[in-house]
Amino acid sequence: MLGLITWIYTHLLDPYRPLSRLDENRPIAAGVKPLEVQVVSMDWKWVFIYPEQGIATVNELVTPIDVPVRFHMTSTSVMNAFYIPALAGMVYTMPGMETQLNAVMNKVGIYDGFSANYSGAGFSDMRFKYHGVSQADFDAWVAKTKSSTTVLNRAEALLLEKPTIKHPIMHFGTVDNGIYDLILNRCVAEGSVCVNTQMHQDATRIKAAAVMKNLPKDVCEPATVAATAQPTRKE
Amino acid sequence: MTMSDLNLTNLIFGRLSLEAIPYHEPILIGTFAGVALGGIAFLAAMFYFRLWGPFWRNWVTSIDHKKIGIMYMVLGIIMLLRGFADALMMRAQQAMAFGDNPGFLPPHHFDQVFTAHGTIMIFFVAMPLVTGLMNYVVPLQIGARDVSFPFLNNFSFWMTTFGAMLTMVSLFIGEFGKTGWLAFPPLSGIAASPDVGVDYYIWSLQVAGVGTTLSGVNLLATIIKMRAPGMSMMKMPVFTWTALCTNALIVATFPILTITLAMLSLDRIAGFNFFTTELGGNPMLYVNLIWIWGHPEVYILVLPVFGVFSEIVSTFSGKRLFGYTSMVYATVVITVLSYLVWLHHFFTMGSGASVNSFFGITTMIISIPTGAKIFNWLFTMYKGRIRFTVPMMWTVGFMLTFVIGGMTGVMLAVPPADFVLHNSLFLIAHFHNVIIGGVVFGLFAGINYWFPKAFGFTLDEFWGKVSFWCWLVGFWVAFTPLYIMGFMGVTRRMNHFDDPSLQIYFIVAAIGALIIAAGIGAFLVQIGVSVLNRKKLRDVTGDPWGGRTLEWATSSPPPDYNFAFTPVVHDSDSWADMKANQYQRPLKGFVDIHMPKNTGAGFIISALAFVFGFAMVWSMWLPAALSFAAMLVAIIVHTFNYKRDYYIKADEVNRTEEAHTRLLESHV
Repeated sequence: MLGLITWIYTHLLDPYRPLSRLDENRPIAAGVKPLEVQVVSMDWKWVFIYPEQGIATVNELVTPIDVPVRFHMTSTSVMNAFYIPALAGMVYTMPGMETQLNAVMNKVGIYDGFSANYSGAGFSDMRFKYHGVSQADFDAWVAKTKSSTTVLNRAEALLLEKPTIKHPIMHFGTVDNGIYDLILNRCVAEGSVCVNTQMHQDATRIKAAAVMKNLPKDVCEPATVAATAQPTRKE
Repeated sequence: MTMSDLNLTNLIFGRLSLEAIPYHEPILIGTFAGVALGGIAFLAAMFYFRLWGPFWRNWVTSIDHKKIGIMYMVLGIIMLLRGFADALMMRAQQAMAFGDNPGFLPPHHFDQVFTAHGTIMIFFVAMPLVTGLMNYVVPLQIGARDVSFPFLNNFSFWMTTFGAMLTMVSLFIGEFGKTGWLAFPPLSGIAASPDVGVDYYIWSLQVAGVGTTLSGVNLLATIIKMRAPGMSMMKMPVFTWTALCTNALIVATFPILTITLAMLSLDRIAGFNFFTTELGGNPMLYVNLIWIWGHPEVYILVLPVFGVFSEIVSTFSGKRLFGYTSMVYATVVITVLSYLVWLHHFFTMGSGASVNSFFGITTMIISIPTGAKIFNWLFTMYKGRIRFTVPMMWTVGFMLTFVIGGMTGVMLAVPPADFVLHNSLFLIAHFHNVIIGGVVFGLFAGINYWFPKAFGFTLDEFWGKVSFWCWLVGFWVAFTPLYIMGFMGVTRRMNHFDDPSLQIYFIVAAIGALIIAAGIGAFLVQIGVSVLNRKKLRDVTGDPWGGRTLEWATSSPPPDYNFAFTPVVHDSDSWADMKANQYQRPLKGFVDIHMPKNTGAGFIISALAFVFGFAMVWSMWLPAALSFAAMLVAIIVHTFNYKRDYYIKADEVNRTEEAHTRLLESHV
């Protein structure tokens, strides 16, 4: 009985499962697209990328209330756990891998967010403020952030990756396309090979090798040679 | 490594230099001064009283399972003091470090302290104490003269001890890991942890792990092959049953730990990529492997103390254990299930809902056999004539405390709840609840219970009770605030807090830790007082509690050969059965007894393993190669030692047994 309840609620409350309601009484209308936020934990700071808005921040997360948010998360060097107790359960961020979390905030306010998995010397100060704001305030905040001239590109991302403790809040008005995928696949540095490319190439090679292995082998044995030999023309 | 690194200095000293001595750390210098003074005083005393010879002959080289058992206990208690000092430092730091106050431990020191605390408490406190009890008691309970492989037993002990010493050395030469007690990569990889800390962690566990694995093999073989005639599997005492299951777990799981750590060191030293994020490595592989060892490890610790409680409850209730068969099956079921739950340690690492719920449900299922055990103990006490001695107090304290720990465990087993509570102080409170409330209480119960068997006098009641109450009260004062803070989302392993409202909880927790410290102090006083009053506390009967199993059938302390004649068993409570049937102790007709002989080989090989471990930590390749070669030579030389046995002559057995008879008669 307890097992059944566990089974059902583990599935219903799976952080990967898209939300079906905003709160107890408000189902999400069909066709509502969640806000995408990409989260990167670095030593020892949090980077939030808003791919749809083309902006990014360090150590500050802002989302509109009553809008479902889908987090895609990864890390640069070691594991952390992304945790805003007021918002949702924690999920680990891991280098070279992506985890997901779906959540929604219903109340305007400023909440604590932090890493819940020990990650080294700066771990205790790996904290940020999470602002749940109204849609209008969110739009205003996006517009203001967009006006910032700083750009999150490959060079800037490499600088950010360097270990710092109590990193100040930063805003990036422009984000290079696909920077999150480069971070996820560990190829931010120019000229490095991306993990997914590498894996894809490996897979191709393995498949090709398998095909080669299965090619019929033409073995020349006297009997087969005789059987398949061209009939000799009778003079 | 380039060719230029291959000069002699590098080959000999590797990474070791004077820089490695932490002379800029006042806390460590103070500790070192204390240790050095204490050590010098100890060495001087040993010389003054000319104790080195007897120490070497009677203890270091001893292959008597009783002496090795006692040495394991001493090791565990000494390491408890170290591990607890770490705990006090953590509690003090977290009680102080709020707002602008950074506390007295900077992150790099604090992180070592919590890593060392966990590693030491599990590997060098709980494991030696549990192994020590099994070593001492199991052969006596099954009516054997010694374990199956007595030399191996001595070797296992010294490997464990030298592993512990390697951890201790890291205090004063270099540093310990800053990764947490399971050293997850990538944090423990060479990129994030280039220092020697993780290497100390790896090599102390590798050296000690050899000892643990071999001791598991040894006790497993002993229990299966050396039981007294008539003792079928279902007539074994419950403690022996739990020891059997624990050692089966050790043999099956410790190789996983060894392999995992070996792979981690290959990653670190030789540039392999098992657990890195590059070149096809995957850190999740490590997380899975370490917990496939780590979860059974929890049961390795707790099963034997379930056995201890079973013995104590039935002895002090004056009754046969309720539901012996169900107790045995519950133990076996827990043994098997312990392999099916490891993923519950990382529900939050992105496994799917189906996987999470499978492991959540298997975890909850474990609480069923465990609950059955609790009910068995309660029904044993029901209508029993209970004597509230110190071991019994520990047992009742355990039942109350452990049940709460079990319930918080089931809470954590529910994946949706774990997404909120994982890595929080709630988790910390939970596992201390089961390890202190279960394992530690059980060990103290066992120490108080079997001490008279080992030394021939009982432990002081008063100080035993003081120790018990300090531990029980201290535990709840220290960990209730952690449960509460866990619900508030406070994370473990923080060395500094911003929110001043939390400080009061940490202060209360620190007070709790001090109360527990008083409990440890009272335990040491208890031993001291008992030694002083040993004449008055003398146990002449060999059976001070009215015991029910075979270890109480012989004298206290038992003679070297344990039993002059191997007893014949007709019942699971064999000694109670013998007493009920007017058993007569044999008084004549003794024959020569074949015994194994002491040897220094175990100590020497382990000491070389220690040198090898130290050399590997510091990349000192030449000493490493030499010590490894020396180890092989020592092992080969030992195989040519044919003088491994001797006979205790019949007239000496006669004299020993007559002395015991006179003692028994003088106190009728």
